[in-house]
Amino acid sequence: MADQSGGATPLLEARDVSKAFLGARALSNSSFSISIGEIVALIGENGAGKSTLMKILAGIHQPDAGMLLVDGHPVVLNGPEDAIRRGIVLIHQELNLADNLTIAENLVLGREPTWGGPLGLVNRSAMRRITQSALDKVGLIANPETLVGSLPLGQKQLVEIARALSLNARVLIMDEPTSSLSQQETDRLIKVMDELRDKGVAIIYISHRLSEVKRVADRVVSLRDGKNSGNLSRQEITHDAMVKLMVGRELARVDRPQSAGGKVLLQVKELKHSSSAPQGISFEVRAGEVVCMAGLVGAGRTEVAETLYGVRPMISGQILLSGTDFKPSTPSTAIKRGLLLVPEDRRHHGLILAESIRGNISLPNLRGISSMGLVSRSQENQMALGGIAELGIRTTGPTKPAGQLSGGNQQKVVLARWLAAKPTILILDEPTRGVDVAAKSDIYHLIEHLVSRGVGVLMISSDLEEVLRLSDRVLVLHEHSIAGELARQDLSEEAVMRLATGSLPGRTAS
Amino acid sequence: MNRVLGVFAVVAIIYFGLMSSDPQARSPENHQNLERRIGEWGILTLGVGFVILTGGIDLSIGSVVCLSAVSFGLILENNGPPLLAFVAILSMGALIGLSHGLLITRLNLQPFIVTLCGLFIYRGLAQLLTQVRFDVLSEGLTNGWPEGTRLLRDSSRNIGLAKPENLSWLATLQKGNLPLGEWTGIVWLDIPNPLVLFMLLGLISFVALECGAFGRRIHALGYNEQAARYAGINTAAHKIACYVICSTLAALGGILFLVKVPSAAPASAGNWYELYAITGAVLGGFSLRGGEGSILGLALGTAILPLLRSLVIFAGIPSDLEFMVIGVALLLGTMADELLRRGSFGRARQAG
Repeated sequence: MADQSGGATPLLEARDVSKAFLGARALSNSSFSISIGEIVALIGENGAGKSTLMKILAGIHQPDAGMLLVDGHPVVLNGPEDAIRRGIVLIHQELNLADNLTIAENLVLGREPTWGGPLGLVNRSAMRRITQSALDKVGLIANPETLVGSLPLGQKQLVEIARALSLNARVLIMDEPTSSLSQQETDRLIKVMDELRDKGVAIIYISHRLSEVKRVADRVVSLRDGKNSGNLSRQEITHDAMVKLMVGRELARVDRPQSAGGKVLLQVKELKHSSSAPQGISFEVRAGEVVCMAGLVGAGRTEVAETLYGVRPMISGQILLSGTDFKPSTPSTAIKRGLLLVPEDRRHHGLILAESIRGNISLPNLRGISSMGLVSRSQENQMALGGIAELGIRTTGPTKPAGQLSGGNQQKVVLARWLAAKPTILILDEPTRGVDVAAKSDIYHLIEHLVSRGVGVLMISSDLEEVLRLSDRVLVLHEHSIAGELARQDLSEEAVMRLATGSLPGRTAS
Repeated sequence: MNRVLGVFAVVAIIYFGLMSSDPQARSPENHQNLERRIGEWGILTLGVGFVILTGGIDLSIGSVVCLSAVSFGLILENNGPPLLAFVAILSMGALIGLSHGLLITRLNLQPFIVTLCGLFIYRGLAQLLTQVRFDVLSEGLTNGWPEGTRLLRDSSRNIGLAKPENLSWLATLQKGNLPLGEWTGIVWLDIPNPLVLFMLLGLISFVALECGAFGRRIHALGYNEQAARYAGINTAAHKIACYVICSTLAALGGILFLVKVPSAAPASAGNWYELYAITGAVLGGFSLRGGEGSILGLALGTAILPLLRSLVIFAGIPSDLEFMVIGVALLLGTMADELLRRGSFGRARQAG
C-alpha cells in the first residue's frame, strides 16, 4: 500500500492485521495509517470490517496477526487503557457518558483531581479548570456544572470529544459520529474536526454518509470483506469512486423466476413510527414475492418491522392485511392475523435461551396444541421434530437448550416456530446475520419455498449479496424514508448503495 | 432436577439433625405441628413463587394475611354469614393482587416498591378497621348522625373469632387431619389438613406450571420478557394473574391464621410472613431474577424454615438466636446454590 502521508512517519499504523471471531474472518491482512493533522475516512459496507479495524486500533480487540505501530515503533495494545495512554481514543457511536453526572464530572471521571491526601476529596476548582480548557478546545460554551443528560445529542458528542482531548488524545477515532445528529449539529461537528486537524490531531472518521466524507476527509480508506479495497486521495474523492471501492465485486445472481406477485397481502400507507421521521413510508407486499428493505444501519428498517409487528407504537399511517384494516398493538394481534416477525436480535428477542428447542418452537403455538390449558406433550414433540426436520436443525434432540446451539441453528429454531404458526406475511430482520454459510443457504431455500407456497416475505438485510439473490423488489431506505424502489431487473449493488447513501438528490421512480 | 435433589438433601439433613436432638422431637405431636406449619406457610410460599417466577416480588403478603384475618373476624363479629365472608375475603385478596399487577404492568412501577407500599397500607388499614364501631356506623347510616357521634375507638384491638360453632367446616380445614392414619393404622399418615390443602394447591400449581401453557408462558416471560413479548405472549396479563394468585393465597392464609389463633392482633398478625414465604421459595431453588424454579423444590424449601425453628427449640439453642440461625442457613443455602450453579454452567460451557 502506498504511503500517502508524504513520507513522514505515520502517527498510528496498522500493518497487515487479521482478526477472526469464532472462526469467521472479520479482517484479513488489512493495513491503515494516519499522520499528524490528517482526517482519514474509513468506508465500507456493513460487515466490511471497519469496526473491527477501529477496535483493534483502539486496543479493544487484539489482532491475530500483523502489528500496530505508534510513531513508527511497534506496540501491543492490551486494552483501551493502553491505547488511551498512547493518545488513541475511540468515541463510540452510542456515547459513553453518564447522564446523571455533570459535564465536569464526566470529563474527569476515573481520574478526578483530589486534595486532602488520603481523604481523596474532589478538587472542584481543578476539575472546573480542566473542563473549561477542554470545552474551549471544542468550542462548546456550556456551564461545566450542567448535567450531561440535559444536553442535546450534538453537545454530548462535543463533551465526549472534549474528554478525549483532555486525555491528550493525538488520534481520535470517531464511529459514525453524525448518525444521529441534525444538520446543524453535523455542520458544527465538522467545523470542530477541521479545527482539531489544524491543531495537529489525527482523526479517523467512520461514516456511511458519503457527502460528509467528501467534505471532511483528506484521504479515504475503503474496506471490503475484511480487506483493503483501495484508497482515495483528497482530489480523487467522489461519490462514484467511493461506491465503486466499497462494492467492487460482480455477483453471480442465482436465478429464481421473478414472481409477478399474487394478491396484495400487506399494504402500508404513510406509516410513521417516530414523530421525527420526515415523511411516512408506503409500500406493499404481494403473495409469493420477496420484498427486501435495504439501507444502512440506522436507516429505520428495523423500526418499520417492529411497528408492523406491534412492538413499537405507530404514530400515524394505515396498514391493510389482505385488504382489511389492521391496527398493530401487540405481537399477539399481529400473530393472530398471520403477520410474523423474525427479530434482528435473536438472543434477546427471538429465543428463550435457557428453554429447550421444543419449548422455543411451541411457545407462540401453545394454544393449538393444548386442551384445557394443558400442553399435549406428544403434539408438542411432533411440532418440534417437524421443525427440526424441515429446517435441518442440527441437534442431539428437541430438549437441548436453544442457548447451546450455533447461531445458524438458533435462527432456524426461530424460523421453525413461525413455520408452525402458518405465516401469511413473514418479516425477516437480518435473518442470516452471524449465520454460517451452510445455514445461510438452508435459510434461503426455506424463504424460496415459503414464497412458492404463496407467503409474502418482507426481508430486511444489510447483506447486499443476499438482497440481490432473493428479492423480487427492493425498497431502499435512507434516513427513515424510502429513497427509492428497485425492480429485480434494475438491481445492482451500486444502485442500492447509491440510494442507501443518499447519493441521488431525487427519488427514482419505481 | 439436580437442584431439587440438593434441597431434598438439605431438608433430610436438618430433619435427621432434629430427630436426633431430642426424643420429644420425634413425637407424633411435633410432626403434626411441623406439618401444619409447613402447610400454612406453604400456601403463602406457593403464591409468592408465582410472582418470583415472573421476576417480581411481593412484600405485602404478611400485611394481606393480617388484613384478611382482621376483616374476616370483623365480618363474623357483625353477623356476616361465614361462607360469604370466606368468598369476600378471597375476592379482596384477588383485588389487591389485581391492583399490584396493574400498577406494575401499566404504570411500570417496580414490584418491590408497589408491594412495599402495600405492606404498610394493608397493615394500617387493618389497624383502622379494628377501631371502627360498626354498630354506630350502621345506626348512623339508617337513622342519621346525632351530635358527637364517634365512629372510631381510641385504639386498635385484637379481633377474635366470633361464634366458632358456625365454622365447623373451616375449623376442620384448619385443625382437622386427613384420617388416613385412622384408616390404615399408621400414625404418621394423619396429615393435618393445612398440609393437605397445600399439597392440593401445590399439585394444581404443578400441573399449571409444568404441564400447562400458562406455566410455559410464565417461565418464558420471567426468563426473558422481551423474547416472550416477541413470541406473542401477553406478558402484562400473565404477570397480573400471578400477583392475583399470590394475594388470593395470602388472603386464604389470613383466614386460616384467624381460625387457628383465634385472635389476631392487627399490629403483629402475619409479621414477617412475606419474608418466610420468599425465603422458602428461594431455598427451594426459585431465582429472584425470574424464570427459574419448580414446585417440588418450593415444597421442600418451605419445609426448611419450620424444621430449623423446631431444631432451634429442641437442640436447646437459645430462642433469641432463632433469627440468626435462619439467616445463616439462608446465606449458606444461596452460597452453595451459586457455587453449584457455577460448576454446572462451567461444565455446560465446556461441553458446548
